Amino acid sequence: MSEKSSLKFFGKNSFPRRLLRFLGTMELAITLLITLAIASVIGTVLQQNQPYTDYLIKFGPFWFEVFESVGLYDVYSAPWFLVILTLLVISTAICVTRHTPSMLKDMRNLRTQVQRKSLASMKHNEQWASADAPATLAANFQQQLKDEGFRTRLTDRNGALLVSAMRGGINRLGYLLTHIAIVVICVGGLMDGNLPLKLAEWRGQIQIETRDLPLSQIPQESRLAVGKQAFRGSVSIPEGRSSEVVFLPMRDGYLVQALPFRIELEEFRIEHYDNGQPKSFESDLVIHDPELDEPLRQTIAVNHPLVHKGYAIYQASFADGGSILQVEAWPFDHRAGDPVMLDTKVFDNRDMRWGDRQYRLEMTNFRLFNINPDPTDEEPRRVRNYGPSIGFILRSHTGEATEYENYMFPIEREGRRFYLSGVRGSPSENFSYLHLPADANDGVEGFMEYLARLRDRELVGEIAQMMTRDALADLPEPDANLEESLQQTLMTLVGMFVRGGFDEVREFVENSLPEIERQTLAPAYLGMLREMLARVYFAGVEGHELDNTDNQNIFFLQDAVDAIGSLPRYHSPVFLMLHDYEHIQASGLQIARAPGQFIVYFGSVMLMAGLFILFYLPQRRLWVWLDAEGTGSRVLLAGMTNRNPRDFDGFFDEIQQLLKPDKREL
Amino acid sequence: MSETIRQNQTDSQSWLAVGAWWTLLLLATVFILVAYGDHLDVYEVTILFITGFSMAWLGKVWPPFRWHALAVAILSLFALQRYGGDLSMAQQDGWLNYILASQSAFMWMSAFYIAATFTYFGGLIARSDYTQKLGSSFAWIATTMGMTGLMVRWRESHMLGSDIGYIPVSNLYEVFILFCVVTAMIYLFYERRYKTRGLGGFVMLIITAAVMFLLWYAFDRNAHEIEPLVPALQSYWMKIHVPTNFIGYGAFAIAAMIGVAYLLVSSRAEKNPQSHFVKSMPSLAAMDDLMHKSIALGFAFFTVATILGAFWAAEAWGGYWSWDPKETWALIVWLNYAAWLHMRFTKGWHGRPMAWWAIVGLFITLFAFLGVNMFLSGLHSYGGL
Ligand code: HEM
Repeated sequence: MSEKSSLKFFGKNSFPRRLLRFLGTMELAITLLITLAIASVIGTVLQQNQPYTDYLIKFGPFWFEVFESVGLYDVYSAPWFLVILTLLVISTAICVTRHTPSMLKDMRNLRTQVQRKSLASMKHNEQWASADAPATLAANFQQQLKDEGFRTRLTDRNGALLVSAMRGGINRLGYLLTHIAIVVICVGGLMDGNLPLKLAEWRGQIQIETRDLPLSQIPQESRLAVGKQAFRGSVSIPEGRSSEVVFLPMRDGYLVQALPFRIELEEFRIEHYDNGQPKSFESDLVIHDPELDEPLRQTIAVNHPLVHKGYAIYQASFADGGSILQVEAWPFDHRAGDPVMLDTKVFDNRDMRWGDRQYRLEMTNFRLFNINPDPTDEEPRRVRNYGPSIGFILRSHTGEATEYENYMFPIEREGRRFYLSGVRGSPSENFSYLHLPADANDGVEGFMEYLARLRDRELVGEIAQMMTRDALADLPEPDANLEESLQQTLMTLVGMFVRGGFDEVREFVENSLPEIERQTLAPAYLGMLREMLARVYFAGVEGHELDNTDNQNIFFLQDAVDAIGSLPRYHSPVFLMLHDYEHIQASGLQIARAPGQFIVYFGSVMLMAGLFILFYLPQRRLWVWLDAEGTGSRVLLAGMTNRNPRDFDGFFDEIQQLLKPDKREL
Repeated sequence: MSETIRQNQTDSQSWLAVGAWWTLLLLATVFILVAYGDHLDVYEVTILFITGFSMAWLGKVWPPFRWHALAVAILSLFALQRYGGDLSMAQQDGWLNYILASQSAFMWMSAFYIAATFTYFGGLIARSDYTQKLGSSFAWIATTMGMTGLMVRWRESHMLGSDIGYIPVSNLYEVFILFCVVTAMIYLFYERRYKTRGLGGFVMLIITAAVMFLLWYAFDRNAHEIEPLVPALQSYWMKIHVPTNFIGYGAFAIAAMIGVAYLLVSSRAEKNPQSHFVKSMPSLAAMDDLMHKSIALGFAFFTVATILGAFWAAEAWGGYWSWDPKETWALIVWLNYAAWLHMRFTKGWHGRPMAWWAIVGLFITLFAFLGVNMFLSGLHSYGGL
């Protein structure tokens, strides 16, 4: 290449220079600022980093792919977003580089080269005559301006004297600090971002894992070794267990990052306010680090992380860690088997058989506290503790899943005690509750026995016969046919009720009775059913340990009937009662390494300092030009500022009053 | 600021007053340290000193602030004395029930801000200087009641239970009151310094809007009830992050309302430059300048607030920046005003376009402040409506 062309290449109007100049323009900077703002809006409107299937459902296959290719699911690390950010940093850097020399000069330069003419044409200027000689005045003015915080210099300008003064030269430093700070912050932020991971993925060195695998089966391509790089991930550790890795969420999957130490969780605690709201979440951690003489113990809490070797460990969330449970399963139908005690754990799944049906029982949750508003209370904001509960899913052989939430202890409503069990078909629904009345021993035996008696054809038959006799006692002469059919009807009613609740009974009445009789007969049928239910109940009372006060029995009967009536909608062949538990919690930790953090903080402090200097320490310049005039002098005072011109108006007046000796006469 | 300082220097009378103010502050600080020193940790002592120095400085450059602070102190102490540690006094004691219990104080605040709006505008229409001055007085009374209410509420939260007490800048209800008070204070500062009483009604208008929201929020949603703090909010950073933020929001709101006034005056001036309205409002140039000052003030404090927020996030969430919607919107607001300032300062844009832009800026700010909580989900959950 000849010398000529390389000259041209670096010449004043060469392409690189023009590009450089373009990159440093204000217009570009502002355009980038606004573009960045708009791009950020997209990231907030479209929820970021959700499971990809959610997006697929939301946008359909076509738009899903379009949006994915533009990186809309992770805007802030999309290439185009990073390009804008980088351009902004470059633009600011060029701007600063270009302005720095002149700004630094301007901070010191008192501008002693000004011409009288240009002073006289400044917006702020004032002239007056003085009887004192220029040299005397100059000395006085210099002193007075010094007292006002100005730096001054006296120069001889071809016989005339010029006092140049400046205050707030530091204002230019404000510009430098703010703009350098932007560059510093972005560089620090970039160090802490996941750009290196993106690059490694792009080069095929790592692969994001999207399957839900046990740690030991996660392939090597999805693992990251201990290193100096920044990351931010999370891990859930059950009490008594430990972890040497964290999981980094990446788009629709994750990566496994190794730690140079092992974190053990001894205990996780939730403390509560008197009203039951959570007051603090705390984890007792033990750090096992081969480089430490002995393990490091520390309790972390929300807002109080632990920092070890530049790794910051935060309390982020909590969950059940596989609590050990003892659950008693009571079949609603006694013929399906005796109650059994199950030893199980949260996250355990097992196959169960009740009667001729196969079910899969999945224990999903255990909660020690259920602090909820009491719906029957006057004040809906008053909350109370309903005690421990278990959550589980029953999956029938057809795969249909129903979710349950059973409370361990009976709750009290208007003096009566119930076992609560919530049921719902899908997580989007609210639970509806089965209220199972507790017997005098706070057990469910009373209820189950009653239910068994209702299923006992022989017993029901006897009672129906007795009731029929009582009902027909007034007839002049016995009618065997009528007796027979009434007894049958009573037994059928009970049978239908046990099978399908009041709904089935009502349906039967609607379908089997002629329309004209329905109005009068339907209530009669229901009345007879209720009478039967009561008789069956009281027939068993004596033999059983129920409190014999009548009210109690009547309430129990009423509640039991209600509960049986709603069993068909409960969809479960058993009632699970929590007997005992060992609560094991898991603490969700967020672990981060941010080597750029210090740089970002340093830049932030620069930015704050710079802004206040920029806005509130304006640069103010004053000049006094002194021409000899006879024995006295002709004074020209002029001034300018680089910001807040309105404040300068008042300031200039005051300076003028200060320097002009007898201002009132002039 | 330097002019005011110089005026004071020439005025020995005011030096005496400043001296008295500083002595008072010093005594109060020493008293707090002696009486409660054992309960205060490093952060709280730091905050105490920062507060002391800010008040010393504010009282020096802005004499009315001294009276305001004094009134707030006396009223709050009086209220605390009436309470005597028993929350139920709020209903039993007449002073508390009708005036000083936080909820009553807020009602007075609301009433006086609304009254101030009408009075300022009334004075503008009726060409009555006196009425406009009355507007200023009302605004001062409202601000004093609001501030007193916040102080009393602080104490009330402690009376609810020894572990419940917190500084009342923690939920949407409380920060709305803070917004009213801070916005009014910034405006009153400008009003005295730049003689802009004509703008009073405009600024009070946005405060009245906030008051309306507050009233709805309290009566419809029972938001005024004090609830204990969730763990995420138990942080010292929060105590300085939130008030700093609201200086920013307040200043942006003022800038936008000046923008509204600017547009009205300039369109009126085109038709009739001699109209009464045009003449009784500050000059267009003055409003333009004040708008710039207001945005600069807001920008500086908003920057500090965002940075403090990042420091807090680093401690609470495990990262100083998570692109959480609230954070991102803070960035959007910030970028927007950065662009505004560049256009104004380096390109010399001014007048109507900048007034429009300031108004648009307020909507962006409003979205960051309210909209994000209402429409977007994220880590900042405290403000859910
Ligand atoms: C995120 C990026 C930036 C931010 C936050 C920022 C912020 C600021 C602020 C707050 C001011 C003061 C404005 C005022 O006084 O009203 C300012 C002034 C200025 N900015 Fe920027 N700026 C950025 C990027 C840039 C870029 C890229 C350039 C160059 C192209 C630039 C050039 C200037 C200049 C020349 C001034 C005037 C300084 C003076 O004379 O005092 N800025 N900037």
